[in-house]
Amino acid sequence: MAHIELDEKKINRLKSLARQVAEQVQEMIADYSTVSVERAVLRLYGVDGVDGDGTPLVNRLVELLQAKEMLSAGISRYFALAMLTSGRDAQTTALQLVNGDIEFAEQGRFPPEEISAKEQDLALSAVAALDATRQRKAEKQKRYPLGPQPWKYVIVATGNIYEDRTQARAVARSGADIIAVIRSTAQSLLDYIPYGATTEGFGGTFATQENFRIMRAALDEECAATGRYLRLVNYASGLCMAEIAVCAALEDLDMLLNDSMYGILFRDINIKRTFVDQHFSRLICGRAKIIINTGEDNYLTTSDAVENAHTVTASQLINEALGRFSLLTDDLLGLGHAFEIDPTMKNGFLYELAHAQLTRQLFPEAPLKYMPPTKYKSTDIFFSHCQDTMFNLASIATNQGIHLAGMLTEAIHTPLMHDRYQSISAINYVFDTARDLGSEIEFKKDGIVAGRARQVMAETEAFLEEVRVEGLMQAIAAGKFAGIKRREEGGKGLDGVFKKAPNYSNPILARLEKEGVING
Amino acid sequence: MAKEMIKPYGDTLNDGMVQLAFTLPVAGGPRAKKAAELYVAKLNFTDIAVSFSREIADGFTYFVVYAKALPELDYSTVQATEARVTKLDFYRINELIKTHINRPLVVVGASIGSDAHTVGIDAIMNMKGYNQDYGLERYPQIEAINMGAQVGCEELVARAVEVSADALLVSQTVTQKDVHLANFTELIELLEAEKIRDRFLLVAGGPRISNDLAVELGYDAGFGPGTVPSQVASYMVTTLLRRKGVTGFVD
Ligand code: B12
Repeated sequence: MAHIELDEKKINRLKSLARQVAEQVQEMIADYSTVSVERAVLRLYGVDGVDGDGTPLVNRLVELLQAKEMLSAGISRYFALAMLTSGRDAQTTALQLVNGDIEFAEQGRFPPEEISAKEQDLALSAVAALDATRQRKAEKQKRYPLGPQPWKYVIVATGNIYEDRTQARAVARSGADIIAVIRSTAQSLLDYIPYGATTEGFGGTFATQENFRIMRAALDEECAATGRYLRLVNYASGLCMAEIAVCAALEDLDMLLNDSMYGILFRDINIKRTFVDQHFSRLICGRAKIIINTGEDNYLTTSDAVENAHTVTASQLINEALGRFSLLTDDLLGLGHAFEIDPTMKNGFLYELAHAQLTRQLFPEAPLKYMPPTKYKSTDIFFSHCQDTMFNLASIATNQGIHLAGMLTEAIHTPLMHDRYQSISAINYVFDTARDLGSEIEFKKDGIVAGRARQVMAETEAFLEEVRVEGLMQAIAAGKFAGIKRREEGGKGLDGVFKKAPNYSNPILARLEKEGVING
Repeated sequence: MAKEMIKPYGDTLNDGMVQLAFTLPVAGGPRAKKAAELYVAKLNFTDIAVSFSREIADGFTYFVVYAKALPELDYSTVQATEARVTKLDFYRINELIKTHINRPLVVVGASIGSDAHTVGIDAIMNMKGYNQDYGLERYPQIEAINMGAQVGCEELVARAVEVSADALLVSQTVTQKDVHLANFTELIELLEAEKIRDRFLLVAGGPRISNDLAVELGYDAGFGPGTVPSQVASYMVTTLLRRKGVTGFVD
């Protein structure tokens, strides 16, 4: 393994600072829940489908409870009581509630113990569903082994799930390990999950449970055909983080973009809303063994990659610490970073190596998500292809985990079938021809690369110290991440946040938090 | 005007040399290669050489082709517009506003619709600017209000009216399925419906925007890739001054 000499004590100091920053956020999270968390509970209890207007039943139910000003106790208990009253399954009960055949009530003819028991039953089978997806995936991965890291990650984004399926199959045959279906523009701002198979989207395809299922089924066929396990990715960041995690778990997805910081900075989602959603969402991911991906790479599209490299590192450390509070293990932390230095900079590649190697050494067990050049991509596709080749080399030399395929047409359009082919062929070539380059490299002790890595560490420490003192919310408000300012009381989705009442009940959350990490 | 016939150039004038790359929805093999050749012939090329072909997915074959183009074009008939810009520098722009408009120029900018891309509009408006060229916020004589991204047309118009803006700067980056055209048009229609179109100088911008396109959509000007803030500021000042009848401001 390539190696830069770094001071262990300094690394520990960084981790401890990040933990203190995360602690402050976690304290806030404990006091609140959101409409999206409650809808996620209902989904795990077995409620699905939409009403005549296409509104998901889970949204209708949460709104009904909200109208009665009863949501602060959580929906779990009321829904359990409704099920006892209807004597039917979750879906039928939901329909009866929506149709007004029965109502959410404080107290029915059932004693509190019986309601609690019903809640516990529901939570038990919800968690069993999360266990089942984990086991199904493990089974498949035994039969179809995973390729070596860096795993080749390719996006499809036609807007039409059936067209996406064709594109995904094509790229699976070319050697991709991971297929991501990019979401339609602005889906992250929808406060509900659309329903069913969809064929129209802008810049991407809607994330729906049915679309997840269609794509997973196609990839399962490709696993059988290629003998390799193919991972499926989608995006949870946004207003429905927790619910998308549920749909992803139920349909055996392997990875989710799952990062509040991205939502706050790049989609203007309210800070409180998304941190609360993120916690539940990540607990679900942990139990279902879904690798999360974080979006630090994006910071370098709005701020300079050299000047602000330390903000990426700091955010990764904070995300790791927050991930720990949500019980994510190292193997599930797809922390993001990127190859975004201005290509005209002298020795820019050495700086890229330093950043990539530093990230590798700070998080040795994490499947790091490495993003190709995007911001300085040329519309001259031939030059753009060269830029990607240098990125491929940096990735294999520093042994990254999840390698996002750069596209020669990045600065023009979402990828065409042959763009992906070009990209994968170049990656295959570089990864094969330089497979063990990393283990041959020792960076010169006082060379440019090692010096740069230590400089970024020092800047990260100073930065984290500032963030710790003022708090993460203040730091975000001051525009310290990505040069974008967001206020605690601003952004989308704040109206869906509520303070938990003393009798708040969410037995899935409680169980996941209590039972901890489950392997096997 | 004398005709000026042109053709693509490879290594000899008028050889017509062109490189093409595309995919056909057919399985690979000699028949696929032949199909690529015949298809390119239909496009009016000769001397077609399919230099590379490969089945890149079940039933899809990718080709790289070299061929010679037949048609010629009379270059003397070609016209394209660029926003009429008399390039002025930072100091001159501020001075012109101060002496001829007598109050700061009010400019409101946004990336409209669901478009979340801000880097383009920021490059023009933010203090820091772009490519060593100061952004509009840095101009003492310009009051630059950058509303950011994901801004609805109503929101933008309301703000523009509220602050009595002189100019609106509108950015669009996502162009898939022509969503940018729809958004640009929505704004124009809204302004026309409220009968306030003529109150503002309307400037469009983005990676796929040309002045021609912007003018066709009803904007006053459009700016594409590589635009620097002083270009936009020069355009705004000179246009507004011309409209006021002030001329002779170029030294
Ligand atoms: C950075 C970036 C992002 C960032 C944006 C961060 C931010 N806050 O802006 C993030 C990661 C959030 C992002 C998200 C998405 N992106 Co994006 N993104 C890019 C990227 C890499 C660079 C764009 C950029 O910043 N360019 C630099 C600036 C300086 O250039 P510019 O915008 O052209 O601006 C200049 C001129 O055009 C002009 N100008 C621009 N606006 C204006 C306005 C006025 C008034 C004037 C006078 C001039 C002017 O002046 C500027 C300076 O010269 C491009 C790829 C690329 N390399 O182009 C993709 C790209 C634009 N994104 C794309 C897509 C599809 C998306 C998503 C929709 C993907 C998805 N499905 O989730 C999302 C959703 C966002 C949304 N709802 O809009 C596609 C668009 C495809 C298309 N043609 O429609 C691209 C081309 C990538 C690709 N190949 O797929 N993206």
